Amino acid sequence: MSATDEILQRDCLVVDDSRVVRKAARRFMEGFGFTVREAADGSQALQACRELLPEVVLLDWNMPVMDGLTFLKAARAEFGNGQPAIVLCTTEIAFEKIVEALDAGAQEYVMKPFDAEILGSKLAQLGLLQAAA
Amino acid sequence: MTNDDFAEIAGVVRRRSGIVLTGDKAYLLETRLGPVLAKFGLASLGALGQRLKQRPDDVLERAVVEALTTHESSFFRDGKPFEHLARILPKLVSARAPGAALRIWSAACSTGQEPFSIAMLIADTLGPRPECRVEILATDISAEILTRARQGVFTQFEVQRGLPIRSLVKHFKQEGAKWRVSPELAAMVRFEERNLLNDLSAIGKFDAIFCRNVLIYFDAPTKTRVLDALSRRLMPEGVLYLGGAETVLGLTDRLVPVSGERGAYGISTQRAAA
Ligand SMILES: C[S@@+](CC[C@H](N)C(=O)[O-])C[C@H]1O[C@@H](n2cnc3c(N)ncnc32)[C@H](O)[C@@H]1O
Repeated sequence: MSATDEILQRDCLVVDDSRVVRKAARRFMEGFGFTVREAADGSQALQACRELLPEVVLLDWNMPVMDGLTFLKAARAEFGNGQPAIVLCTTEIAFEKIVEALDAGAQEYVMKPFDAEILGSKLAQLGLLQAAA
Repeated sequence: MTNDDFAEIAGVVRRRSGIVLTGDKAYLLETRLGPVLAKFGLASLGALGQRLKQRPDDVLERAVVEALTTHESSFFRDGKPFEHLARILPKLVSARAPGAALRIWSAACSTGQEPFSIAMLIADTLGPRPECRVEILATDISAEILTRARQGVFTQFEVQRGLPIRSLVKHFKQEGAKWRVSPELAAMVRFEERNLLNDLSAIGKFDAIFCRNVLIYFDAPTKTRVLDALSRRLMPEGVLYLGGAETVLGLTDRLVPVSGERGAYGISTQRAAA
């Protein structure tokens, strides 16, 4: 069985160095029916992806050890552009930063602070959730 | 506030806007009319009721309607109508008379997310220099909300509800913590104050009309009246989009559902000549 056959359909990886943010994101994602794994930086996240490629990664930008953009580029190089869907969730809200992340292969971009509604709306746009009526 | 005062305030709102406030909405008055009372130097809702009863006061009545109106909106709200419009756009363009503009109306546009979503969709579908002129008319009863809409400036929260990040980057400019629609987009939309209860014949006919999440606040006879008026603003091949909780069924036979497209309606062929 190849790695892609093992993809759990509703698996989400939350990558953030803040435990508080991870907890909030976990709560939102579990509310949407995802199982959630957590990583505290980019290198932990790469490791987690090698074990099992998640369907979607919520990715902070500024983290110790390996930051979000470095992870993003590494993940695209290693796993390709299709999977996982990568959604930046960050306080970096400058236009140039957003463009930089999109160019590096992010599918969506959430500017902190965010709530379940914003996250749900972004996931719906990516076709990962039914659009709320 | 006595029942009489409530009836007086609700009566003004209904007469001016069509919006029905039932008794269970009394809390809305309590929470939303505070600033109006302060602005007009009125001590209580009772005093407001009395004042409204004594003499007509256009400025005060406007402020009351304004305060009791829901302006909730978001970009590409409900998704489906916009997907449908994108699909039929080529057909609408080729159905126009030579030289005629493609005309789309956002009939209760609130803070502008709906007309700007339409503008983005058209810019993305037809390209920067479409072969035909495009006019997007955006109207609302509220002068105050239109002032905001015309600015085309949205908060970080607003641009994250329904708007794909690539559309944000493509069609908006960042201004501090806010986002402003591009001049190209702004130029596509004209905002005008219009009450759906008034005669609308002067605004002409449209290839598509968005009238969403406003009929829900009206009673059945008002819904019928507005739907009939909207049907007269539609080109023969035109499409009317209603909100998720709205329908024409049981209200008018001038409009019929577009089969397989929830929320989309066309002119009934039996009535097209009428
Ligand atoms: C909830 S918003 C809907 C905005 C947008 N169409 C959407 O679906 O997101 C309702 C809008 O209807 C407007 N409205 C209420 N009564 C109206 C009337 N009689 N004529 C025109 N607009 C009216 C309000 O001012 C408000 O901005």
